[in-house]
Amino acid sequence: MSKLSQTFKADWYEASARERIAGLLDAEGFTEFLGPEQRAMSPHLAQFDLTGAFDDGIVVGRGRLDGRPVLLAAQEGRFLGGAFGEVHGAKLVGLLRAARDAAGPDGPHAVLLLLDTGGVRLQEANAGELAISEIIHAIIEVRSAGIPVLALVGGRAGAFGGGGIITACCSRIIASEHARVSVSGPEVIETNKGVEEFDSRDRALVWRICGARTRYLTGGVDRYVKGSIQNFREAAIALIAHTPAFELATLKAEQRRLSERLQRFGDCRDAPEIWRKAGLPEPEHIAEISDDAFLAIQRIKGADHDAR
Amino acid sequence: MEQFQVHGASKRRAGGHRRQVITGANASGNLEVLVERVLPDLECQVEVATAVTGFRPIWEAVIKEFFERASPGGLRFSINDGGARPDTVTLRLMQSVQLMEDKA
Amino acid sequence: MTLDDVLTSLFPTGHQVQRGPAGTLHGLAKVEGHGKVTVVGIVGGTPLGVDAAILLAGHVLAAVEASDRAPIVFLADTSSQNMARRDELLGLNEYLAHLTKSLALAAAHGHRTVSLLFGHAAAGAFIAAALSSQSLVALPGAAPSVMDIPSISRVTKLPLEQLERLAKSTPIFAPGVAPLFAIGAVTQTWAADQPFAPRLADLLRQPVPTSDLRDQIGLERKGRRLAQTIAARVAAEAAAHA
Repeated sequence: MSKLSQTFKADWYEASARERIAGLLDAEGFTEFLGPEQRAMSPHLAQFDLTGAFDDGIVVGRGRLDGRPVLLAAQEGRFLGGAFGEVHGAKLVGLLRAARDAAGPDGPHAVLLLLDTGGVRLQEANAGELAISEIIHAIIEVRSAGIPVLALVGGRAGAFGGGGIITACCSRIIASEHARVSVSGPEVIETNKGVEEFDSRDRALVWRICGARTRYLTGGVDRYVKGSIQNFREAAIALIAHTPAFELATLKAEQRRLSERLQRFGDCRDAPEIWRKAGLPEPEHIAEISDDAFLAIQRIKGADHDAR
Repeated sequence: MEQFQVHGASKRRAGGHRRQVITGANASGNLEVLVERVLPDLECQVEVATAVTGFRPIWEAVIKEFFERASPGGLRFSINDGGARPDTVTLRLMQSVQLMEDKA
Repeated sequence: MTLDDVLTSLFPTGHQVQRGPAGTLHGLAKVEGHGKVTVVGIVGGTPLGVDAAILLAGHVLAAVEASDRAPIVFLADTSSQNMARRDELLGLNEYLAHLTKSLALAAAHGHRTVSLLFGHAAAGAFIAAALSSQSLVALPGAAPSVMDIPSISRVTKLPLEQLERLAKSTPIFAPGVAPLFAIGAVTQTWAADQPFAPRLADLLRQPVPTSDLRDQIGLERKGRRLAQTIAARVAAEAAAHA
């Protein structure tokens, strides 16, 4: 592994997909499946006058995390916003099916999804959307086979659209301050419903509504980390040890916690209203305080759960 | 869309033993470079795919200068360009050779 | 077709399906040869938001708890996910995922799941309401999409005319039943000239798919020529390196 990836780009947000993989996994090396030299690229971009990526914007393969075998996928958020196209999506489907089929004492300990995506690649809309459904189906199969699937979100694209839905189908979610996890993008809401409903240029608003701090305090993500790759690695190792099973009891518990959230906060339109109702300290400042100060805040009742 | 190759000769084989490296990203103002050690020792080649048309002469000049500076014998470079400026192209190509030669 | 037309054609001997809050539908019905089915739905062109999603998931989980393996029929005449600041603040992604997971759990517990689309379904609503069942049937009036072409034009900054022209030549991004059938998303299309009840009974009789075959189907129908091959190649490399 080159020193380039060790000394620079220790920050998850700034790092490329490959740099995140190098910093996240054990040093002994990552075996990539269908690597860039195979040139499995999108055939659908040329007609839109777009050049492609040799790996179609997603790296999939196997490595070790804390000595244990894991399968991993990392999206390159800088390529077409990390969006799902036919080949991109199929690579992730194949990885998940491999995990499912290898389940057992010698099989993967976890599947790590380094999500960095705006959702469906519109130039390949149907294929991308269907791939997302296939990915969700495959994640559920992997979880049902007893292998946890972890979502790691902290890049510039966030986890939007189908990516936000995929995130919430995982066993555990780790996110850093930069992360946004949502369905509709703020611009799309503004276009459809007007600037009063969502001023997409108000960055602070975007992060209050979609950002990792709001998600973490409400139980929408499971671990909030500071932004280094090392922080993500530590969180992943810790969380793999205890993950919810995909079963009726889990989904019933999720039904309860999501119903309660609606009952308690269903009339809120901004994060500080939720913090006020929940009795959190200094609601107006939670978005601005340091990560250390933020991590000292106690989460809303019910946010710490196994119901995913 | 343009796709073209620039061939060159090198005085020596590029050092190191790495067979392949990929760096950069096809994003606005950036480029992705895949390097493969697949050519005869004293040959080099850059393959470019770009949506920004009409700049082939500049690409060729940048690439020929890179061949002179780096002597990347045996290496084939494949580029997916996102509209990078010439100095960014040079930087990426130089970075990619350094990674191939294990000097980084 | 109206909702009542659809319900009458599906359940000619009668049903107990009723409208609920937030555009939802719920109730029991009977299918010849299969007994009871649980019907849920999002109708009236209502966008799928947190309120509807939690209600629908609740009905699905209740059906699973009944442990009778009765089929679940999901009727959809929706829109996209609800585009609202409040829904995003509350974590719409979790609610849609929860509904999707609940349907998957039901299928794993032996409940045959079928989505019947007779109106719009786009984006996140398409994923949760239409694509999350074992079978997706397009009824007359079905208008599925990922995004409408004018919005795609706005987001990608590509000219409308170019998009409309390209839409005709490739099923990979164009809205509509035909391209989504071609890529493997839509299982069957039912025309209005035949009653739906026997077709539903027939569909429910067919062997339960043990895995997701949509990429295989997309290859056979030539709408998605790469997905299945790519997934298979990745899986093969993973197995070879094990």
